[in-house]
Amino acid sequence: MTLLALEGLVKRFASTTALDALSLQIGAGEFFALLGGSGSGKSTLLRVIAGFEAPDSGRVRLQGRDITRLPPQARDLAMMFQSYALFPHMSVRENIAYGLRRAGERDPGPRVAELVVLLGLEGLEERRPQQLSGGQQQRVALARALARRPPLVLLDEPLGALDSGLRERTGLELRALQRRLGASFVMVTHDQAEALSLADRVAVLEGGRIAQVAAPRELYERPATRAVARFLGAANVLEAGRFHLRAETTAPAYALRPERIQLAPGLPEANGTRATVTEIAFRGGDVLLLAQAEGQVLRLVLPAGLALPEPGAEVFLAWDAAALAPLSA
Amino acid sequence: MIRAGAWLALLLLVAAPLVIVLGMGFGTSAPGVPPVIPPIGRAGWQGSLEAWALLFADTYYLDAALRSLRLAAITAGLCLVLGFGMALGIASAAPRWQAPLLALVLLPFWSGFVLRLAAWVGLLRDGGWVNSVLLQAGLISEPLPLLYSEGAMLLGMVHGYLPFAVLPLTATLARRDLRLEEAAADLGAGRWTVFLTITLPLAAPAAGAAFLLVFIPAAGEVVIPEVLGAPDSVLFGRAIWGEFFQTRDWPAAAVLSTALLALLLVPIALYQRLSVAR
Repeated sequence: MTLLALEGLVKRFASTTALDALSLQIGAGEFFALLGGSGSGKSTLLRVIAGFEAPDSGRVRLQGRDITRLPPQARDLAMMFQSYALFPHMSVRENIAYGLRRAGERDPGPRVAELVVLLGLEGLEERRPQQLSGGQQQRVALARALARRPPLVLLDEPLGALDSGLRERTGLELRALQRRLGASFVMVTHDQAEALSLADRVAVLEGGRIAQVAAPRELYERPATRAVARFLGAANVLEAGRFHLRAETTAPAYALRPERIQLAPGLPEANGTRATVTEIAFRGGDVLLLAQAEGQVLRLVLPAGLALPEPGAEVFLAWDAAALAPLSA
Repeated sequence: MIRAGAWLALLLLVAAPLVIVLGMGFGTSAPGVPPVIPPIGRAGWQGSLEAWALLFADTYYLDAALRSLRLAAITAGLCLVLGFGMALGIASAAPRWQAPLLALVLLPFWSGFVLRLAAWVGLLRDGGWVNSVLLQAGLISEPLPLLYSEGAMLLGMVHGYLPFAVLPLTATLARRDLRLEEAAADLGAGRWTVFLTITLPLAAPAAGAAFLLVFIPAAGEVVIPEVLGAPDSVLFGRAIWGEFFQTRDWPAAAVLSTALLALLLVPIALYQRLSVAR
């Protein structure tokens, strides 16, 4: 069931087009990630959904209702801001109760108490946001957004302001919470690992357009375009003209995951190349190897424990036809 | 070096005048230049508490002080309300409009102070522009007594002191965190609620400072009430001026000045605290 439908959204600022006829559907109960670099339009998209920016054209529908012209306060959704935007002159309790009071709730106490338990904020109710750690602030912001049980929660780089050590755990907690509440979460992030590990589906944004929407695994295995393959990081992009390729489908270029390339005893007839090792880095569980071939650097991830060539050595590389993921553009 | 200079300036320009004024209050009035005998002479202590007794002899000066504080409070209150609206408008304007708008607020400062008051007189007097226009339009049959009233005085005070409120408020409101207001709107607050629950409370220290920045100098204002106000109600600043220049009772004038300063110490201390809080 579609919860949020975006239809042909266009948003231009002075000279740049932030959203370029973007359409997207997000299902009820889905954890959805908008992934893109800076200037991809992902943050503008979130602000259009929340109602802080009006699109130049196109529609936003929430639960079938056209909300394009509604002000933020009239939209049945909640946003968690990148640096949380907690009210500094209010306690944790008042911050969480803010939305409930605006909805006319006389006694927000019980719901606030529920959220305090849900997010593990016991004992911090009377603190001011400035007196909390980054992780605690993040949970208060989440509690505040969830207070009115919105069917749609927007998260702008929800883990971006956290220490790297806290990020992984908090991300998993976020997903567990979303599963438990059954609300749709739409997360904006520039971190592909975050998007792939947390979301049910990921949309890769580029230049205000959607380059690809897919489940994380599919996105990783079968990137649709060169840009997606590069953005997801690590994938090698092989141009059909440069290497002798024999793939299952014909395409102008192919993505090749670094772990799908092997060292070969001799030069294969196709799907292989001669290469010069430039860098070797031991990474614990595996080894990252960079090799120069046909004027391009290829990345390989090899299992640890394999006999490795020295930097500068001539090697032969090979891969399966099935490992070549065709790219359309 | 700079530190020493600052201390020297403070000593010469703040401490020394304060000590002189304070001491003069214990002197005795006598014909001469200056018309005062200092409290300590060659024979040692020769001062008196006469001037201080004058302060409490009747309610004349107390009434003047209360009138001044009331005028200052009303002026500061009006400047705060008007100034907050203007500051919010300027701070919310497109960046390229902010500097020109601020310049407009400051524009009156670039013309002479007395000239501005004369302009008000020209507008408000019986044969002035306002009355002429109203008469011509047939709205009134004889000139309204606009000048030399409490209204005219307040108009002049607010006009003169408004920039003191607008400037600090604009500075604070221009660098406020707009995402807090967006977050409030996202949580269901309408524009007015956002203003009342977020914008206003967060600007409260700045608003307090702006109020005091007007209140403190307004409490001792002499010229504006003198030029535009009613002649019968004496204000504290006017009383000090009168003792210095009309009755030439310098000890009494010094005592009144000291009393005004003492009266304003509380708001001044409060202003200092609010400025730090910002």
